[in-house]
Amino acid sequence: MNATAGNLEALEDSLLADIASAADEPAIEAVRIAAFGKKGTVSEMLKTLGAMTAEERQLKGPVINGLKNRVTEALTARKAELRDVAIAARLAAEKVDVTLPVRQSPAERGRIHPISQVIDEIAAIFGDLGFAIAEGPDIETDYYNFTALNFPEGHPAREMHDTFFFQPDEKGERKLLRTHTSPVQIRTMEKQKPPIRIVIPGKTYRQDSDATHSPMFHQVEGLVIDRSANVANMKWVLEEFCKAFFEVPSVKMRFRPSFFPFTEPSLEVDIQCDRSRPGEVRFGEGSDWMEILGCGMVHPNVLRAGGLDPDEYQGFAWGMGIDRIAMLKYGMPDLRAFFDADVRWLSHYGFRPLDMPTLFGGLSA
Amino acid sequence: MKFTLSWLKDHLETDATLNDIVERLTSIGLEVEHVDDKSSLKPFVIAKVLTAVQHPDADRLRVLTVDTGDGKPPVQVVCGAPNARAGLIGAFAAPGTYVPGIDVTLTVGKIRGVESHGMMCSERELELSDEHNGIIDLPADAPVGTSFASYAHLDDPVIEINLTPNRPDATSVYGIARDLAASGLGTLKSGAVEKIPGKGETPVKVVIEAPELCPGFALRLVRGVKNGPSPKWLQQRLIAIGLRPISALVDITNYVTFDRGRPLHVFDARKVAGNLVVRRARDGEKVMALDGREYTLTPDMCAIADDNGVESIAGVMGGEHSGCDENTSDVLIESALWDPITTARTGRTLGIITDARYRFERGVDPEFMVPGVELATKLVLDLCGGEPAETEVVGYAGHKPKIVSFPLSEVTRLTGIEVPKAESLDILSRLGFKPQGSGDVVDVAVPSWRPDVDGKADLVEEVMRIHGVDNIAPQPLGAHDAVNSKILTTLQVRTRTAKRALAVRGMMEAVTWSFIPAKHAELFGGGQTALKLANPIAADMSDMRPSLLPGLIAAAQRNADKGIGDVALFEVSGTYEGDGADQQRRVAAGVRRGTAKLDGSGRSWAGNSGPVGVFDAKADAIAALEACGAPVDRLQIEAGGPSWYHPGRSGTIKLGPKTVLGTFGEFHPKTMEGLDVSGPLCGFEVFVDAVPEPKAKPTKTKPKLELSAFQAVKRDFAFVVDKAIEAGTLVRAALAADKKLITAVSVFDIFEGASLGADKKSIAIEVSIQPVEKTLTDEDFEALAKRVVENVGKQTGGVLRG
Repeated sequence: MNATAGNLEALEDSLLADIASAADEPAIEAVRIAAFGKKGTVSEMLKTLGAMTAEERQLKGPVINGLKNRVTEALTARKAELRDVAIAARLAAEKVDVTLPVRQSPAERGRIHPISQVIDEIAAIFGDLGFAIAEGPDIETDYYNFTALNFPEGHPAREMHDTFFFQPDEKGERKLLRTHTSPVQIRTMEKQKPPIRIVIPGKTYRQDSDATHSPMFHQVEGLVIDRSANVANMKWVLEEFCKAFFEVPSVKMRFRPSFFPFTEPSLEVDIQCDRSRPGEVRFGEGSDWMEILGCGMVHPNVLRAGGLDPDEYQGFAWGMGIDRIAMLKYGMPDLRAFFDADVRWLSHYGFRPLDMPTLFGGLSA
Repeated sequence: MKFTLSWLKDHLETDATLNDIVERLTSIGLEVEHVDDKSSLKPFVIAKVLTAVQHPDADRLRVLTVDTGDGKPPVQVVCGAPNARAGLIGAFAAPGTYVPGIDVTLTVGKIRGVESHGMMCSERELELSDEHNGIIDLPADAPVGTSFASYAHLDDPVIEINLTPNRPDATSVYGIARDLAASGLGTLKSGAVEKIPGKGETPVKVVIEAPELCPGFALRLVRGVKNGPSPKWLQQRLIAIGLRPISALVDITNYVTFDRGRPLHVFDARKVAGNLVVRRARDGEKVMALDGREYTLTPDMCAIADDNGVESIAGVMGGEHSGCDENTSDVLIESALWDPITTARTGRTLGIITDARYRFERGVDPEFMVPGVELATKLVLDLCGGEPAETEVVGYAGHKPKIVSFPLSEVTRLTGIEVPKAESLDILSRLGFKPQGSGDVVDVAVPSWRPDVDGKADLVEEVMRIHGVDNIAPQPLGAHDAVNSKILTTLQVRTRTAKRALAVRGMMEAVTWSFIPAKHAELFGGGQTALKLANPIAADMSDMRPSLLPGLIAAAQRNADKGIGDVALFEVSGTYEGDGADQQRRVAAGVRRGTAKLDGSGRSWAGNSGPVGVFDAKADAIAALEACGAPVDRLQIEAGGPSWYHPGRSGTIKLGPKTVLGTFGEFHPKTMEGLDVSGPLCGFEVFVDAVPEPKAKPTKTKPKLELSAFQAVKRDFAFVVDKAIEAGTLVRAALAADKKLITAVSVFDIFEGASLGADKKSIAIEVSIQPVEKTLTDEDFEALAKRVVENVGKQTGGVLRG
């Protein structure tokens, strides 16, 4: 084709029209190839420049190049436009329903049993007071469970009525399921010289079954032995514990003289609370007293059984039900449900695995 | 132990209010359990109905005019009681009175248009009983205008204390008064008992054949008594504390039991044949007791017998045969001492709870045995007349008081509070102790009514409780002067971490029983005799568990039975290999049921969860071990587990040839059948205490991280091997081909098909290669690949899949 002015004008009009009407990216690419490909109309025009004289080229060059630039520009602009359209179409096509549910994280689904959680809470508090955690076996001997703890022969706790026994062995010795965590007091004294500061959480067993008693339950016991630990110290430790455990700024506690074979003097402790709201107990307020633990100065016979001279060493011990304080703190009504493994109960009363009790972060979330 | 305020004041001179007394009792160790104080009934007066006419507008109501005895004109009262009638004398509540039974404070109101100025009350409205069929109907001689409460003897509050087993001295009103007086709440009146001379010997002789069960026996005959109802004052006291008045003679024994803590028994002398013999019961000997029941005795029990046989279960309950009734004319009063342990055991075995047993099992005051007879004799003479014989005392050697050497500094040493020496001694004296000497260490004689006191710590308790526990100010326990170090043992840390690690895997922590049915224990390798309870609380809680799995599987099934079939449960607790202290293991175990997989259970638009299986259990087991600090890269997995697992779908996790760290898998059909459960079900158990203790390291510094500068490469291989070849063996062979360059080998496909042959399978692995010194050339890779193929071939017989 000759590069006449008319031809050029017609070519430009035609190309610009093609560009404008190109509907998608392949179409615009086709227009580009038709114009700028090897045999493209604009390429052909540009080739004619080579055969021209210098004067002719001076005259036609700018015209043809002008056309080339304008067409190129139109192509680029339209290409960008079509790309946006294409992206928009793709995005529209890729839309999903984000309201569809996702699966819950296993960490949110899993649960820690309230007993484990409360044991961790107790460990956090007593750890801060310089106590270690001690443990002992569930199957005990009469000696550790009763004799060493100053239970006299004929004490009712020694009867089949109260305590789980195994069959006597060939020596006639009858093992039993410990009725309290106190045997660990003796086991600790046998292994470790004072000062001793331990808490002993664990399973305990008694012949009992109703809404507040279970044949298997959990106790935590505390023991402090040194050369000066006394009732005043014991009151302090227990008040500090109750404040920290129930997470209240103050508690009012009532220490009543009582009786246990393994302590002398012995005390029972009530905690002031408000039980006026159904299913809820508030500590540090109200006018009710609720019995929460037993305690006392370690009986001289128990110290002797642990190999210590009661005139040289002294100390105090206390014990309370883990299940019971868990029920009080978290408002769980029936002890039997603790051991039923009903996942609805566990899900409701259990704790998320990452809710780890610490003093610096608060015991409970 | 129950008593009334007025009864207490028989022995205690005091102006203290009821409230003060109640608080003091609790604070000195006599915990008040209940106070029945009817002081709210004070405003109710005895009133007389003068007229009763039909209410004009209500069939069931009557309009009464009532004389309230205050000298004012009668008041008009609308009343619905069917027994409301002219002439009735009852309890009237004026407007403004709070009526406890209906929880309402009365006002003047109109009932169906007729004004009512008060209320005639039923027993239920006064909370005296459940009686609500009519209003209270008093005898014609009831004094109109006076307090109903004092007329009905309701103005004497009843106090009930929860007595600890060490305090026999407080099983009597007198003993409680003594404690209160010692605490400064009044003065103890004299408890001296008048001696009553007798005429002639008591003809019935007492023979003690079992002195170890009976350290003393006093018996006295009173002839010519007349036994009828006891007087009103005595009946009212007994009723107030919940006892039923029977006859004067029986009521006297109950009265002395509560008043002085001295249980007595009365025999009808005419029904006693021959002498009274105190002996062990013969095996199978029967006695009809006063409660109308027949009891069968054993030689562990003590009986009082005559020629007719057993007449009384010593210290527990008398026999019906020789009991007193309205025809009794000659009475034998028994006041004896019984061995506390035998009494307690007898009562428990026979299931008899009596006021006598309550006191004998704590230990009664031996020195009051004879005064008890004297006091009873006086009451018998006063109430029934008669003539006493001399008291016969057998077997009593007298009481030798215990002497406790008491350094007074013990009080401060054990309690932390300074109590002046004089005050300590004074407290002890007021309680009946006899301190001798005046130095820093005194000898203290323990009174006969305090068998519980035998050491200096007991005396500290006496001083502490009377001085007041509330006076002991809390003192900080010597604070530690440094940041606390780790307090948990490795096992405790692992237990705790394993729980959290399993919960993070979507499992819920269960706490199941340590004792399980024998059949379940046997299925899991337990059931040995040493671990069987002699007295299980229920037949299916008989054996200490050898494994946590049966309990967890049963728990999963319980949930399934409630319609929740997809459950994942775990427990970290004890199992029992034997009854020794070192045979309790610490185990973490878990089960998954239904489709309760790690990512969730049930159906989902994004893909349903499939049934749980051996690999879910394997992943849980390894996660638990990893949390316990086990070296996960060195664990060996062996095919097959203990007998309760599916033999082809279970594994054992070992560390070295000997240490078994755990087992996992699906369960044997016979296990499922034996436990009566359905699946899909899988589970694992790992032995937390078998994981080796970490080596103590001198530093917490982590080993230096070496990052290669050269690009890591992955190469895939597929091997055809015999079906029996375990993937684990092949993976180990590939890893071993070049321990320096090959960092990991993973299995990404398992294929079995006819094209490979019936006994063959293809295992496809991805080998991760990390050049460390230089970029590897094609030749290097060729050589490495060759080593992999060769080693796999050597170890497994596998060949590259064509």
